[in-house]
Amino acid sequence: MGLSTVTMIYAGMFYIATLLLVVGLVYKIFDYSRTPAPLKIPTTPAPVTQKGVVYRMAKEVVLFESLFKSNKWIWIFGWLFHMGLFLVLARHLRYFTEPVWFWVGIVQPFGKYASIMMVIGLAGLLARRFLVDRVRYISTPSDYLMLVLLIGIGLSGMMMTFVVHTDIVALKAFFLGLMYLDLQPVPQDPILLVHLAMVALLMAIFPISKLLHAPGVFFSPTRNQVDNPREHRHVAAWAARLDQKN
Amino acid sequence: MAAAEFDIPVIKDDIEVPKLQEGVMAHAKTFPAAKPVQDSMGYPHELGEDWKERALDKMGDLLGKYRSLKVFMDACVHCGACTDKCHYYLGTSDPKNMPVARQDLMRQVYRRYFTTAGKLFPKLVGAKDLTKEILDDWYSYYYQCSECRRCSVFCPYGIDTAEITMAGREILNHVGMGQKYSNEILSKVHRIGNNLGLPGPALADTLEGLEEDIEADTGVAVKMPLDMKGAEVLLVTPSADFFSEPHVESLIGYAKVFHAAGISWTLSTHASEAGNFGLFNGNYESMRKVAMRIRDAALELGVKRIVVGECGHAWRVAYSFWNTLTGIGYGGNDPFSIELQKQLDPAYPQPQHICELTNDLVKSGRIKVDPSLNDDLVVTYHDSCNVARASRMGTEPGGQFTIPRELIKSVVNNFHDMADETIGESTFCCGGGGGLLTDDLMEVRVKGALPRATALNNVIKEHQVNFMAMICAICKAQFTKVLPKYGFDMSMVGGVHQLVSKAIKLD
Repeated sequence: MGLSTVTMIYAGMFYIATLLLVVGLVYKIFDYSRTPAPLKIPTTPAPVTQKGVVYRMAKEVVLFESLFKSNKWIWIFGWLFHMGLFLVLARHLRYFTEPVWFWVGIVQPFGKYASIMMVIGLAGLLARRFLVDRVRYISTPSDYLMLVLLIGIGLSGMMMTFVVHTDIVALKAFFLGLMYLDLQPVPQDPILLVHLAMVALLMAIFPISKLLHAPGVFFSPTRNQVDNPREHRHVAAWAARLDQKN
Repeated sequence: MAAAEFDIPVIKDDIEVPKLQEGVMAHAKTFPAAKPVQDSMGYPHELGEDWKERALDKMGDLLGKYRSLKVFMDACVHCGACTDKCHYYLGTSDPKNMPVARQDLMRQVYRRYFTTAGKLFPKLVGAKDLTKEILDDWYSYYYQCSECRRCSVFCPYGIDTAEITMAGREILNHVGMGQKYSNEILSKVHRIGNNLGLPGPALADTLEGLEEDIEADTGVAVKMPLDMKGAEVLLVTPSADFFSEPHVESLIGYAKVFHAAGISWTLSTHASEAGNFGLFNGNYESMRKVAMRIRDAALELGVKRIVVGECGHAWRVAYSFWNTLTGIGYGGNDPFSIELQKQLDPAYPQPQHICELTNDLVKSGRIKVDPSLNDDLVVTYHDSCNVARASRMGTEPGGQFTIPRELIKSVVNNFHDMADETIGESTFCCGGGGGLLTDDLMEVRVKGALPRATALNNVIKEHQVNFMAMICAICKAQFTKVLPKYGFDMSMVGGVHQLVSKAIKLD
């Protein structure tokens, strides 16, 4: 019996977290996709072609277009956080593939400093929840905690990158071991263990939280519908049955 | 019954975002519908023993039928981008008029009964049990939303509070809490054919009177045909156009346009209402039933084109939903659609807005206008919410902004837009839409009009604007009533075809 209790716990934790994340997301995405959108309700002005819709959705997801129109503060903090997160995640791919993919190699320095962007963005969003009366009013405990969790993940990660290096070779072996069902010991660095536990928690709660905005935005009828109701008859299956009664 | 006294807000130089004041508008309760009206719509008229089960049942039903509701319940991250965008928040300071908070009135119940987190850790995620107090809040605040969609422009995911308000009202109706104003109007449409309850003979009489007036005024025998089989165009217009001021000036404008262009047209007693309050209540079947009158009239009269007059929410329903609900449009390949499609003229969009029609005629020179006849006016244009954010005109996105303005500028020499952030897709609702145009909600209407009144005041100061044109019957009724309370003259409110009527050459 070579593996420590800690390794067994962390292996189990990640298998369960991954299962919850994947099954949860697949369920919600399936649910959204099979719920009909019976009426044409894109927020106009809206694109009149499918290509236009793809372009609109891309502008939303990459540049946060509507948020930019709405409030420059939320936009800057929100965008820094998300872009930072994206680069950080891209950098992390090095732990999950062997050999490391070429573009992941290029991302390395960007991902390192993007972590600063990410935490600054999160901190700004958290500050707003305290400082702006309208945002304070609508904030639930989970709203604060979600930001705290993400900041915790960011800061613990930054600790390991900039202050106290962890054994990333062993860490990679641990994750590859999980993926190939050949368990390897997890490094017992306390900062790492905290970081990993918080990540597993984030994965597990993803599909039962407001993080569903991530798949959800793609299903939002006000953004993903083509504005062509006069040219093309759009009718849901349940509504089409009403035509037969007439 | 006189409504409570309230203070008219003071217009400042700019639209200010107020600090929130909890509960200031909780007293606003629109008159409830009585038993006969609720009965006629198939709803209970009071809460029964099983009201909670009925409410949750209906919520589950709507969540399964409308992707918008389901996604919008889940996707909100409480970022607050929408909190300063609703004219009712800006005018009242009540935080439940912030779009996110209005949605949360339902979302907190959704989380409690329909989500894992809400079932297990309600306090953590702000999930609440459905109580009578919450139903009362729904009744108060879902009738302080005009379903104008302004919030959906600014939400990162496009969450449209209107969709939630519509679902909220449908649930409220389903448990017996209906609104007198909208439900009475809907029952009038179903019984008589239009929102005003104006029966066929009365309509015919009104139109004859208007024909006489036009001839006396212009010397030209402009007609207003009714139920004329074989006409090229069926005009469907809000019933307010038949006798409200300033609406009737636009009706006269449409008649003059058809006359000058030599287009044969007709109104219909069966389809004497463009408006469709079924939209406001979030009941698909009800909205469809109202819309079907237009299809039936078109088939009966054998028309080739269907044109809609100056009405905001009617244009939303006509442009965005008529094809879905009634097959008016193109691209359907089922028997129901084809029956009507084969009769319609493919050279024109169906339905077409009267502004699209008139603008085309002016641009092509088929009708002649003299803008100097409107030189006493300095005009601005109010984009009505449903036209701006839920429709299109012409072939390009944004035609609903450019086409009415092009038309106005062809009949008016002096035109100035209000501030960019108050027009176009960011336009401020008049404050009276979505089923709120009733005296029992006067405080909501007056306060909701503050942002638009502020923008108007600024162009009056800067450019001596003395006329605000619009293409919505509700906006016209709301502004003529509410702007005088702010000190503006009600005669500065009018329709786009009112301007056309003055400038058009009939000979």
